[in-house]
Amino acid sequence: MTSFYDEVQELRARYPEGSRSAALPALRLAQEKHGWLSREAIEETADALEVTPAFCYSVASFYDMLHLEPVGRHRIDVCTNLSCALSGARQVLEAFESELGIRAGETTPDGEITLRAVECLNGCGYANVVAVDDRYHEHVRAETVPEILRGIDGGT
Amino acid sequence: MAELKVLLAGADEHDLTQLDEYRAIGGYQSVAKARAMTPDDLIAELSQANLRGRGGAGFPMGRKASLIDRKSPKPKYLVVNADESEPGAFKDREVLARVPHRLIEGCLIAAHAIESTDVFIYIRGEYLTEYEILAAAVEQAREAGISGDVTITVHRGAGAYICGEETALLESLEGKRGQPRPRPPFPPIQGLYAAPTQINNVCTIATVPVILEEGAEAFTKTGVPSSPGTAIFSVSGNVVRPGNYELELGTPMRELLYEHAGGIADGRELKAVIPGGSSVPALTPDQIDVPLDYDSLGALGTFFGAASLIVVDDRCCMVQLAIRSTKFYAHESCGKCTPCRVGTRWMVQILESIENGTGTHADLDLLDSVGDNILGKVLCALGEFAVYPVASYLRHWRDEFVAHVEQGGCPFHGSSSLEGILAPSDMHAHTPAGEEALV
Repeated sequence: MTSFYDEVQELRARYPEGSRSAALPALRLAQEKHGWLSREAIEETADALEVTPAFCYSVASFYDMLHLEPVGRHRIDVCTNLSCALSGARQVLEAFESELGIRAGETTPDGEITLRAVECLNGCGYANVVAVDDRYHEHVRAETVPEILRGIDGGT
Repeated sequence: MAELKVLLAGADEHDLTQLDEYRAIGGYQSVAKARAMTPDDLIAELSQANLRGRGGAGFPMGRKASLIDRKSPKPKYLVVNADESEPGAFKDREVLARVPHRLIEGCLIAAHAIESTDVFIYIRGEYLTEYEILAAAVEQAREAGISGDVTITVHRGAGAYICGEETALLESLEGKRGQPRPRPPFPPIQGLYAAPTQINNVCTIATVPVILEEGAEAFTKTGVPSSPGTAIFSVSGNVVRPGNYELELGTPMRELLYEHAGGIADGRELKAVIPGGSSVPALTPDQIDVPLDYDSLGALGTFFGAASLIVVDDRCCMVQLAIRSTKFYAHESCGKCTPCRVGTRWMVQILESIENGTGTHADLDLLDSVGDNILGKVLCALGEFAVYPVASYLRHWRDEFVAHVEQGGCPFHGSSSLEGILAPSDMHAHTPAGEEALV
């Protein structure tokens, strides 16, 4: 099995020597391994990239897809930007909130699912758009929310 | 007029994510043609085609290529901007998912023009499925020897609208926070890794093989003289058939909205069209006979932008629309320039006070004044993208803003289509204890 360190070296080899371009792919890899970017994950990434943990933290804190706090095993992202908002995003988000018993921004008490309202996922023509673990579901309506939840491994 | 599928040609009949199928319809013949030309001749051909950038700015692609310092001892880079994040846009996604080889062929042609052997495609992190399709296509082209000495690297973003701005994209690609750089120096002189860099949108690059295939002269016969070719128009919001429609530039907006997209849904009345993605000034129903090209939309004081039309019907409160739009730009402001970082938040506060009935007539002028103090005082266009739409709502629907002030609240009384919509910046659950969210 390839170690995290070796995988990061492979990522670094794709970019010019001395550049830090592997930072985002390495942080994503660390997040996949740890579930979120804990202090330990940040330090491990910094070591492999030969940069300071502060640099990694500064980069990670800029991007919405990198999590500096624990998140659920599954992530549900509901787009609430203009086109989805005009097409009933509020009802879709509320359906998830009521089915899961949590509010947007929260994680179910069993740590399974984190629900978020997110900015435009660019599926505007196929509203409503919901991403479950980064896979898009399109034409979602409040009525189809239970079906989406049933499709999640270990869902409620 | 029917759709004219040029960028998406063959995609309905074939699985063009597969190399053999793309080759079977004549794919990768344009790159062979291009490689038989000198870079100078190729750039001349691209310049003659007058292909204008499809990312939003409309800068001629051939002229951009001519600005690259090909004599520089440094490597030359081609960077494709696939960080599609403009609310309302979903055209690049369709190209990435359905005709990835046409994009790759465009990359190889453009790389030959600027004598580059290193291409980066920066794709937004949320486009996971599109990334997998594109990465597989890149691998197919490499294995088949089509890429030659050109290395194409697909680089994933991680969720930041600002990285669609070209210099923020370069910073992000260099592994940093995606904050825009001051210009000059411009990327063709000093871009990625401080080397000459050409940056183009997905649809721009995917159009390049078409120009080589039919020749620049034939290409300029489609569309209108000032904006030749076709564009994939993304239509969303309150229409019967939202979706992507590839049409010649210069097609009247009315035809796109009423013939292709089927008109306004649920028998409602059209109220507003935001023609280029949420960042551009909106148009009123009496303006929709405008031809969809850069100059015609420019003449109305708005922008072609990302060819992405958000259609708004009469159920929508324009103050709420302004709030939701501004919350997005406030959320996505990178924080580098004070007028944008602070101004967008201030705009949200003023708009919310108008919506909840505590606003005054003076707040309407204050809103304009805060906008004026962002415009032209920031490093990139994001701050302007926050201001343009709101200024246009205030100009065209001023009566509605005034009604909020005079009636002490929203004249829709809770029936607006955007009532109660939650923005990500409204979620407080992840705010560390003891720290208040900024918005």
